Amino acid sequence: MTTGHHHGTPPAPVERRAAALEELLAEQGLVSPEYIDAVQQAYETQLGPMHGARVVARAWVDPAYREHLLANGTRAVHELGIQGPEIEHLTVVANGPEVHHVVVCTLCSCYPWAVLGLPPNWYKDPPYRARMVREPRTLLAEMGCPLHESVEIQVWDSSAESRYLVLPERPPGTEGLSEAELAALVTRDSMVGVAVP
Amino acid sequence: MNLPVSRTADTGWPAASRAVTLGSVDGPHDLGGRMDFGAVRVDPREPVFRARWEAAAMVLVSAASARAPNYTLSSFRYAVERMDPVHYLGSPYYEHWLTAAATTAVETGLLSREQLEKRAGGPFPLAHPPRVHGVENPGTGAARFTAGDRVRVRRWHPLGHTRCPGYLRGHVGTVLRRHGAVSLPDVEVHAPRRVRETVYTVRFDAGEVWGDRQTGVRLNADLWDSYLETP
Repeated sequence: MTTGHHHGTPPAPVERRAAALEELLAEQGLVSPEYIDAVQQAYETQLGPMHGARVVARAWVDPAYREHLLANGTRAVHELGIQGPEIEHLTVVANGPEVHHVVVCTLCSCYPWAVLGLPPNWYKDPPYRARMVREPRTLLAEMGCPLHESVEIQVWDSSAESRYLVLPERPPGTEGLSEAELAALVTRDSMVGVAVP
Repeated sequence: MNLPVSRTADTGWPAASRAVTLGSVDGPHDLGGRMDFGAVRVDPREPVFRARWEAAAMVLVSAASARAPNYTLSSFRYAVERMDPVHYLGSPYYEHWLTAAATTAVETGLLSREQLEKRAGGPFPLAHPPRVHGVENPGTGAARFTAGDRVRVRRWHPLGHTRCPGYLRGHVGTVLRRHGAVSLPDVEVHAPRRVRETVYTVRFDAGEVWGDRQTGVRLNADLWDSYLETP
């Protein structure tokens, strides 16, 4: 570790560092263990891709809602009762037979939390952030989403305050399914754009 | 749900009066296009938090900045961006949050590094100090472009915080969409004032950006007015 003035001495284990900062801030009344536990539980149980899946399924069955969603993502998502962080400026982009959308944040980890939950580590780690803008066709194939060379790829780098959600194509052969059954087919990865449902 | 990351808390970095430049390269976070990081490693069974300390790190960013003046989401990002490149690239995601939280606590006088290290029982690496004090990009505060305009991304290397991705600098794209006016991060991290200017989604051709043979790939990025110029 080269940061700071301890040449050659490894840092304290990250759990110890986190505990040290937590304790010292708790002693100043700025945080409590109970609050951390409550936040952890909230993120684990209240947020997740099930909300985004509900949005996608509604757009699949309701053409008017789909149009509204593509025109004003934030408002359309709120109308389904979905609230939460990181969707204040939500743009929804729709896949079609000739275009495939995929979302990345090359600078950090921007992601529409309220519809997808917290991002997975692969979305936040260097390989994805580095390569999705440089060689998206290769990377998508590598991640299990090969596209015909005639399909245009639109990469969305979340570099400001807009957040992006991909509306995947409705899979063939799902005409008889209910909205809830359709939602069960929608994966997180398909809404990031690295998979198709 | 009480979420810990405030996007609007307007609390402050020490006021800056003069521009001092101490370095010459951009931060390790600006990863677009960097090669040789290898395969994307997906863990389909990954939990939301892999350990309690990850959730704690998230909350501690808010706790450590609660009394910091002029503190915004941009300040948090800038603290992460000032991490040593070896530390940044070699540590898990929430260690970035922990390091930013501890750095903020020390820089605002809430805690000392010695206190942290004594309690942790070993070295507690922090982010490097800012390399610039003062605003490098004062912004335009303007909305100079409209959808369909050809624009070039300024070729520059600010030492402080910016949200202008390095891989697009110097390249020409087309304004796809004009968003509203948004506070310019380049200013808000480095000064208590706010400059609001228009953000655009700009579309680039990947084959042009990288100078390779890829076709049918477009790159869309959201860029503030002052990041752009007429080609």
